[in-house]
Amino acid sequence: MDARTTPSDPLFRDDDTQEMLAASRAMAARQLRNERISAIIRYALLTAVGFVMLYPLIWLIGASLKTNSEIFANPGFIPDSPTFDGYVKGWQTSTPYTFAHFFWNTFLIIFPKTLGTAISCTAVAYGFARFDFPGKKILFASLIATLLLPNVVTRIPQYLLFRDLGWLDSFMPLWVPSALAGDAFFVFMLVQFLRAIPRDMEEAARVDGANSFQTLLFIVVPMLAPALISVCLFQFMWTMNDFLGPLIYISSVDKYPVSLALKLSIDTTEAFEWNRILAMSVLALAPALIVFFLAQKYFIEGISTGGVKG
Amino acid sequence: MARLQLRNLEKVYGNQFKAVHGINLDVEEGEFMVLVGPSGCAKSTTLRMIAGLETISGGEVRIGDRVVNDLAPGKRGIAMVFQNYALYPHMKVRSNLSFGLRIQNMPKAEREAATQEVARILEIEELLDRLPKQLSGGQAQRVALGRALIKKPEVFLFDEPLSNLDAKLRASMRVRIIDLHRRLKQEGKPATVVYVTHDQTEAMTMGDRICVMKEGRIMQVADPKALYNRPANLFVAGFIGSPEMNLMQGRLEDVSDPVFRIDGQAVALGRELGARLTLGSASDATVGVRPQHFEVVRGDTDSGLNGRISHVEFMGHEVYLHVDLGGVRVVAVVGAAEYEALDRSSGQLRLRPNAASIHVFDTASGENISLSRLAA
Repeated sequence: MDARTTPSDPLFRDDDTQEMLAASRAMAARQLRNERISAIIRYALLTAVGFVMLYPLIWLIGASLKTNSEIFANPGFIPDSPTFDGYVKGWQTSTPYTFAHFFWNTFLIIFPKTLGTAISCTAVAYGFARFDFPGKKILFASLIATLLLPNVVTRIPQYLLFRDLGWLDSFMPLWVPSALAGDAFFVFMLVQFLRAIPRDMEEAARVDGANSFQTLLFIVVPMLAPALISVCLFQFMWTMNDFLGPLIYISSVDKYPVSLALKLSIDTTEAFEWNRILAMSVLALAPALIVFFLAQKYFIEGISTGGVKG
Repeated sequence: MARLQLRNLEKVYGNQFKAVHGINLDVEEGEFMVLVGPSGCAKSTTLRMIAGLETISGGEVRIGDRVVNDLAPGKRGIAMVFQNYALYPHMKVRSNLSFGLRIQNMPKAEREAATQEVARILEIEELLDRLPKQLSGGQAQRVALGRALIKKPEVFLFDEPLSNLDAKLRASMRVRIIDLHRRLKQEGKPATVVYVTHDQTEAMTMGDRICVMKEGRIMQVADPKALYNRPANLFVAGFIGSPEMNLMQGRLEDVSDPVFRIDGQAVALGRELGARLTLGSASDATVGVRPQHFEVVRGDTDSGLNGRISHVEFMGHEVYLHVDLGGVRVVAVVGAAEYEALDRSSGQLRLRPNAASIHVFDTASGENISLSRLAA
């Protein structure tokens, strides 16, 4: 209530009321100021922490644009005279292949692996979450048990198995197990997600005449979409970053994925061309980052809300 | 459309818990049958067994001439409306409606025509391109109804379809569903309906007949009027009617001219009632009187039961009097005008049950023993 209208307003003629109004205005102003100060502090803190976290990445990008000699001379991350020399020469590599070839190799592993993971894990999770069958409890328990088993324990038996299958120096050992729902973590993740989705929609689909497979395809998979995108995203990033797998199973250079190829450029040159290595590292990071930012929206968006009123 | 028959239908769960105890029920072609009962009475389980969403442990379900026990839900000729709508969240209303037809491989043009037809009947044409999350509760329920309607099933199953709606919307949806049922009948496409609810108002207003269930058993199957006027047992008497029927335990003496004794008071029930009783001798009995069937006795008489008003609820056109009859609490409904005219200075009053509307139940078995010649 401002001063102009107060005298004519019988409700606010009272002096006490005026005082109370003034006090409450002062309090509101104080509150607003406090909120602003706390917001400033909060953002400053977050920015500082974010900067510390991102610093290595920023330095990496900056250094990849420096000349080889500047990398060690200039501790800052802004290059004196930016050059794409590292990218151009790094791309050529010291082998007969360019980095494009290694990216293609990585793609040949990631594509069947991610696709296979999505399909097989959905099928297995659907089975565990929605059907009752003999031995279900034991099977699910062993699934969880494999989740707890350290990877290194199975390395040697797996290597022997794939050697006997004649799969060494091929991409098969890298994607076939995952494409057959070999990653217990993803199965478990989808089972948990499915358990949280009410069964009503699936029952409605059954009443509508859909069989189990149609229900899975038309009803369950769309509702699982956010979880499936997460699964694909994780699988993509982990495979992209996987170094040990290719190192063990792949021996010929023309089958090297990006992760091994990066190592290659360190091995072969006596005086390391650091700017080339860093430039290729930036490129190796790029797909994972791009995919993550593109999929972020679906990561968060839950599609299952809305169909059922809770 | 077809009739639905349940024969000795049983449900036993894995932990040996018996949920449904061999029930028998016939739903005639085009009939609106309501299954009603308190929560846990297995009404939903029964419905889900009819739908095929729950396995049948014993007995059979017959739709038309077929025993459908081992048929998949989609092959039974049924459609179901779920309590929480169960619309497919990722599909637009249009696809939600036509999903069942798409599964049946119906050509797109026919599907579209059927969708338009159903949307017109339910007045949801403008919603066809929306997603379920963009619908209000009432709209979502209409879409769910449309999804059932479009399949032209032999039997419609409703599982508490209105319980997620607010009271006002519930009342209007109730009318809409009854209207639809009537319209289908008039158009020569009568719909056989099994409708599950725990709400007796819904049951009474919607059902051609009502099946009252308790703990997996059928208590009574009758039309709403008969259920209200001739409850077969204590459970039905207490369940149907609002406010609840007053049930007073006491002792019945002199069977031909019965006198009911309760907590030191006696009330003569009249020879007329005595003639109705299927009872040989004096016995422990429970007398049931609906709150509307109490009469406040004026003047100095000793007929009726003496009581003290403990609490008064004003409902507008009528007043609920909570009366303490020396140990037994009863509710009597009187008109607002009658209440105003009452002498309330002493806080005491005499209530006389209307003899023609009294029910007498055998306290031990719960059976109504006053039905023999009572007109429906």
